[in-house]
Amino acid sequence: MERVVRHFQEELETLKQRLLAMGGLAEERTRVAVEGVVDRDHDAIQAVLSGDEPINDLHIEVDDRCFKLLALHQPMAADLRAIVAAVKINTDLERVGDLAVNVAEAGKRYLQHPPVKPLIDIPRMGDIAQLMLRDALDAFVRRDLALAEAVLLRDDELDALKTQIFRELLTYMLQDPSTIEPALDLLLISRHLERIGDHATNIAEDVIFMVSARDVRHQPVDAPGPGGRG
Amino acid sequence: MSVVTPSVASLSGLTARPGQPPARADAPVKIDVDRMNFYYGAKRALDGISIQIRANLVTAFIGPSGCGKSTFLRSLNRMNDIIPATRVEGTVLIDGQDIYAPGVDVVELRRRVGMVFQKSNPFPKSIFENVAYGLRINDMARSKAELADRVEESLRQAAIFDEVKDRLQDSALALSGGQQQRLCIARALAIRPEILLMDEPASALDPIATQRIEELIYDLKKTYTIVIVTHNMQQAARVSDHTAFFWLGRLVEYDRTDRIFTAPAEKLTEDYVTGRCG
Repeated sequence: MERVVRHFQEELETLKQRLLAMGGLAEERTRVAVEGVVDRDHDAIQAVLSGDEPINDLHIEVDDRCFKLLALHQPMAADLRAIVAAVKINTDLERVGDLAVNVAEAGKRYLQHPPVKPLIDIPRMGDIAQLMLRDALDAFVRRDLALAEAVLLRDDELDALKTQIFRELLTYMLQDPSTIEPALDLLLISRHLERIGDHATNIAEDVIFMVSARDVRHQPVDAPGPGGRG
Repeated sequence: MSVVTPSVASLSGLTARPGQPPARADAPVKIDVDRMNFYYGAKRALDGISIQIRANLVTAFIGPSGCGKSTFLRSLNRMNDIIPATRVEGTVLIDGQDIYAPGVDVVELRRRVGMVFQKSNPFPKSIFENVAYGLRINDMARSKAELADRVEESLRQAAIFDEVKDRLQDSALALSGGQQQRLCIARALAIRPEILLMDEPASALDPIATQRIEELIYDLKKTYTIVIVTHNMQQAARVSDHTAFFWLGRLVEYDRTDRIFTAPAEKLTEDYVTGRCG
């Protein structure tokens, strides 16, 4: 009995590997874009601006694989959830790739001005967004519910950092209008990084649905209390 | 039976697309059929069929009952010859040789082009003898040891050896339906055909037995060219590389299976695979 199933499972495994490759690219491009801004590295920024093609190619390839698996194998239950999750994760990863480009675009404009301030929270946001992305994809591959749930919780950190950056930059802009232009670009960058976290959150939610058939979207996330629960 | 009843006019012109090879055109042509008509008495059952079936791939024929898919399958090893008052026009080439040419040895043709039927039909003999039979009458084993080897090899290829190895002398009729069908596949494989024709090989089986047959088909295509008739579209989608859709004795569309089931070129195919007609 295993053999036709095995063939289908092989295809499913390849699909996962392609998504993983895509996730790796999205994560890497986010890292390079943020480092380019922090280190004022024009070459790094340029590399992100001109290198979106591999992710776009994978976007199309993954969709095509999902489409065929659905049409030719009529998967059921866990297999069906895995492929539907893959379709959605694919869209999220493609958007992350676009957001990395958006970070690089804002970064390129930002680098035309003297630094507004030492960048501390932006790289922190970049680290958290990358970590969320990596954990969400690890959770996808390992079918790890706990890891997926941890991603959901970390999104709040990212949101808090974005708000903090906004408040801080506001004080600079009020003091010195010449900082408005670069500060706006920093705000945009923090906004894009926060959006990357949102996409990682979507992926984690899809993983939870894939593994447990539980839909956790649009529900408050319960953080465990200091002493844990139960 | 149908919501959409296409006029013959809407189907005309199809023969002008003679058996256009699907995308796996890299595989060599094994069976090349050109403008074939088939008659039961005065009734034309197949109308201008042109198709090139590729080697070492699984080609599925789909279509509603009475569309001619089984008739066409059976014409590929001249099984229709045994039905009186049948007649074939056009050409059917296998490896470039016209199988309807005068002087063709039909027994040799059927050795090269094996067949598995809808209902498993083992001989009322032992499991071993069922597979050994074709080898004996074709003088294909020089010794008892070679005969036993060939029987085991065929049973293994048909993924049934492990289930029957301890009872090879038991009657084949004691096997389950799914096992009988795999035994019949082993029997067909024993004489080392090049092409395996399968006419609804899993339609009388439960889902698990069906899955085993499907897995077997997937494995066998490395060695054989397989043509399968099925009214189960999902089965065609799962097991085949190429799919041909028949309707009212005509070949409507022939393409890569993924295209037939995701973006067929013909409206009629689309209506059939989406369950709107047929």
